Amino acid sequence: MSARLRWRKFVSGFMLTMTGVCALVSVSVLFFILGYLVYHGGTSISWNFFTKLPTPVGETGGGMANAILGSGKLLLLATLFGVPIGFFGAIYLAEFSGSTTAFIVRYAADLLNGVPSIVIGIFAYALAVLPFKHFSTLAGGFALGLMMIPITLRSTEEFLRGVPNALREAAMALGASKWKTIASVIVPAAYRGILTAIMLAFARVAGETAPLLFTAFGNRFWSSGWNQPSASLPVMIYTYAIAPYEDWHRQAWAAGLVLLGLILVINIVARGILSRGIAVPRA
Amino acid sequence: MATTTTTVPSAGPVVGSRSFLSRLREGDEIARIITFLFAASVVLITVLLVFELWRGSALPRHKFGFNFFRTSVWDPIFDQFGALPFIYGTLVTAAVALILAVPLGIGAAIFLAELAPARVSDTLEFFIDLLAAVPSVIYGLLGVFIIVPLMRSYIQPALKGTLGFLPLFKGPAYGVGFLTAGIVLAIMVIPYIISVSREVLLSVPRDQREAALSLGATRWESTWKVVVPFARGGIFGSIFLALARALGETMAVTMVIGNTPTISASLFSPGYSIAAVIANEFTEATGDLYLQSLIELGLVLFILTFILNGLARLLIVATSQRGGGMGNT
Repeated sequence: MSARLRWRKFVSGFMLTMTGVCALVSVSVLFFILGYLVYHGGTSISWNFFTKLPTPVGETGGGMANAILGSGKLLLLATLFGVPIGFFGAIYLAEFSGSTTAFIVRYAADLLNGVPSIVIGIFAYALAVLPFKHFSTLAGGFALGLMMIPITLRSTEEFLRGVPNALREAAMALGASKWKTIASVIVPAAYRGILTAIMLAFARVAGETAPLLFTAFGNRFWSSGWNQPSASLPVMIYTYAIAPYEDWHRQAWAAGLVLLGLILVINIVARGILSRGIAVPRA
Repeated sequence: MATTTTTVPSAGPVVGSRSFLSRLREGDEIARIITFLFAASVVLITVLLVFELWRGSALPRHKFGFNFFRTSVWDPIFDQFGALPFIYGTLVTAAVALILAVPLGIGAAIFLAELAPARVSDTLEFFIDLLAAVPSVIYGLLGVFIIVPLMRSYIQPALKGTLGFLPLFKGPAYGVGFLTAGIVLAIMVIPYIISVSREVLLSVPRDQREAALSLGATRWESTWKVVVPFARGGIFGSIFLALARALGETMAVTMVIGNTPTISASLFSPGYSIAAVIANEFTEATGDLYLQSLIELGLVLFILTFILNGLARLLIVATSQRGGGMGNT
């Protein structure tokens, strides 16, 4: 073996090892984050965290019950607003539309998907806060819903298109009308994928903070109605983390643990549902 | 990103010869119209978004014109608004993020696509996808309590000791600043680079590798000189995607950049970014000019990410198709 070849083999081995190190470092970040959150959050989490309101500055204790409920309300609104538009829009794209319309809708959805979340916040502010002159839970739900539309739409469409054409033809050959075919054959055939898409969209907006800063705003108390400002977990984490109080930092860790736990569980369950139904093809 | 680019046989509309009325009676036409309204609303929302940003920023666009991007005085009291420090901060933090994330991300993608057995690769990809799902405020939380103290006590003094002769690493170590924001951003965008690059690398046809190996190339030479250049377009696509994310990222940056509008050659210096200034000042903006100047910053951010995302999509689709097409021959 010549020196040159030995050198080339050494370089090959070395560089390939380095790529492995890169992969290891990247993945270990996840475990680092999880470990740190569990360590810090776990020691600060308590029953009070889920049941009590935030205490005034200076007093220790209290919890984030209002923020947990607020996040729930915001996500409910977002789902009610974003999922139908994404779902029915996807049915139109996959089953009815011509190629030009489909291109335009898809393009708009991709554009919307790429908009930074803070800009979504500005848009929701202009549409849902400014005309009513006050921050509200509804505006926050609207902002989050906007972000759910493109994710739901694009993945639902893909799963609908994945349904074999033979199923459509079989249903129609039996005399079913088109909408009956869609409602009773195509959507049920793709339901696992669609459910996954909706869950992933939900998990994505559950942690969004920026669009809520000037729509749902924040609230140290129970929100008194749908058109009143509301606390939410992500915004609470933000305000508590940058505040100078030790006790607030502790609570921010606890909230971070709860939020991340929720998001990761939804992600894992969603991927589990998908992989049991359809074999994910490997290129 | 969750959107995969698998190609499935298109289910084009079945053109029926039935009349409009009979379709209406069977409910087909109604279903078509209703779903069309939902699909159209997506387009409407997007158009409205652009329109609102444009209309909402009319005042500063007329008053300052291009000086908005050239001047660096941001003074709400005297109604002077120049966005240069924010644009500078956004670009510098994104650049730092890419310099750190690109080699690491592409290295990891090469490992996942070329070396790791399918089972290991898929498992690691699963963790990478979870990492991409971690919300930015969590990264901000870790940034504030772990990375900032680490930077202040260890990394910044160390950099100053070794590379302190460069203007990049001068000045007091505050912990917060451009460098810290860039590092946090790097951690956030690595999953995107890995995910997309891996996908593109996997689509490179097998015969490309075999041809290189049969000519006597080592495993690394075949990867670096044949497979990676083949997938170049898609890898650049993943980088643009990451760049778009980094430019628009708000929470994590706001929490660690220091929120001071400065333009400084030193990466240790606290700074400000476009997204951060919007997040911090939007609710406090008094006066139309102030608010509209912030909306104009939003417009700038929108245009930047729009261009980058468009380019990224083109490159990724073009590369994947090239790989798929040639693999079949």
